[in-house]
Amino acid sequence: MDKEIKREIIMENYLHPYHKEETKDSGYIKVNSNNESCIDNIDLYIKIENDKIEDIKFAGEACAISTASTSIMIKELIGKTPTEALKYICEFEQMVDEKKYDESILGESLAFDDIFKQKNRKHCATLPYKGLKKVLEQYSQK
Amino acid sequence: MHREDFPMLKDDLIYFDNGATSFKPKCVIDKIREYYQTYSANAHRGDYDISYKVDMEYENTRDLVKEFINASKKEEIIFTSGTTEGLNLIASGFFQNIIEKGDEIILTKSEHASNVLPWFRLAKNIGAVIKYIELDQYHHVTLENLKKIITPKTKIIALAQITNVIGDVRPIKEICAFAHQNNIFVVVDGAQSVPHIKVDVQDLDCDFLCFSAHKMCGPTGVGVLYGKKELLEAIEPTNLGGGMNESFDNEYSVLLKALPTRLEAGTPNIAGVIGMGEAIKYLNNIGMDNIAKYEQELRDYLIEKLEKISYVDIINIKSNSGIVAFNIDNIFSQDVAFYLNKYNICLRAGSHCAKILKNETGVKNTCRVSLYFYNTYEEIDKLVDLLKDKEKIIAEMF
Repeated sequence: MDKEIKREIIMENYLHPYHKEETKDSGYIKVNSNNESCIDNIDLYIKIENDKIEDIKFAGEACAISTASTSIMIKELIGKTPTEALKYICEFEQMVDEKKYDESILGESLAFDDIFKQKNRKHCATLPYKGLKKVLEQYSQK
Repeated sequence: MHREDFPMLKDDLIYFDNGATSFKPKCVIDKIREYYQTYSANAHRGDYDISYKVDMEYENTRDLVKEFINASKKEEIIFTSGTTEGLNLIASGFFQNIIEKGDEIILTKSEHASNVLPWFRLAKNIGAVIKYIELDQYHHVTLENLKKIITPKTKIIALAQITNVIGDVRPIKEICAFAHQNNIFVVVDGAQSVPHIKVDVQDLDCDFLCFSAHKMCGPTGVGVLYGKKELLEAIEPTNLGGGMNESFDNEYSVLLKALPTRLEAGTPNIAGVIGMGEAIKYLNNIGMDNIAKYEQELRDYLIEKLEKISYVDIINIKSNSGIVAFNIDNIFSQDVAFYLNKYNICLRAGSHCAKILKNETGVKNTCRVSLYFYNTYEEIDKLVDLLKDKEKIIAEMF
């Protein structure tokens, strides 16, 4: 992906994050995602119905990379089954860790394909996935 | 000032995170290396020459600390691992035994976690009550506001002399005088003050003072608990073990040593203590008053420059220490820190461990510049230049 396009994707998702809103709807599972080493702190609201991620929203304070990564994650994962979403997360983590990954499924998240070059930013990109993964794994074990 | 003394300043690094920790001058590093390379023995075992030298150097630091903060007695100086350990020991080793249910502990919302959480635990254990001094419009502590919340139940006032985000210098001397008239103990967190201003415990008349060596050109993992002798005598040691007992037999009877050894169980951080002594000598040579004056001038210069940038919001505009907390409108503090890092500028973004301060300032996270005497006007110019162009910050923040 072209460097300028990556930048545009990140900037757009940072300035106009997708589904950045709290919800009190009881159909959502709320989970917090934060990093020990930084100050990002977001709450995710996840709605799973009929083995499908119906909706995800988020709220909180986070840096540009974390906010953009959360926004992209939400766009990419709504409509997927929990199993598909876990596969997506796995590939995303492989990419951030500079390992072999399947780029065909990552969509806009490919904007972070060279985030490993900024070591102190890696945990920003993976932040939202920590909380979501917890919820999906619990769901899968049921 | 004195930049040539610091190996960390050899490269083109601009370090504005002195509130977190300070750089170490070569003399301190050499002093620690000398211990490990030429007399690396344990303390309190003067049977052979190198151990005798350890004792001399170790106790020499106690003398240096005593002079440095003008304590009246040597045994009032206890070596700890840092401010955190000191404050915890005071809360759980001293006050745990004398506070009663319903008693009040006074804090402020700008305290660092180390001067909040030990008191939360004490309050929870005993059923005591935490109360907060209302801060004024600049988020400062005033004696008037303290007086408003004192009751006959108030037993402890625990305050930083200088707080780590707002950076206000609290009127500790006046607070102690008032507190003592009302039979209230005063505990002072000196982590941000002792490295930067002259602190005289007899003049302040505080009951306890804690500070850390690593924020004052010394090594990490070592610090000081000062307490008035009769109060330290009443502390129940939280650590029992070697070095601090006089004798014990198989029927649980234990006789403890006198102060200060009684509160320093186990092999201490010998290299750290000796290094701290060297750091104190180093600071004395520069002069604490010179340090305070220079930092104040540097801060005024930074504030004057930042005030001219319309989108910079300074949180603590009126403080008289080297700490400046600010935000750039609509840019997350950590993104600003990442941006500056690209230009070799180190500053801290976040809540700075003062997690209830947001209730006072309405701001959760900030960028913090915390100055020390080795910072320069040129460094401030570089910082301000980089902050002057908001488009550049946005373009380069990731």
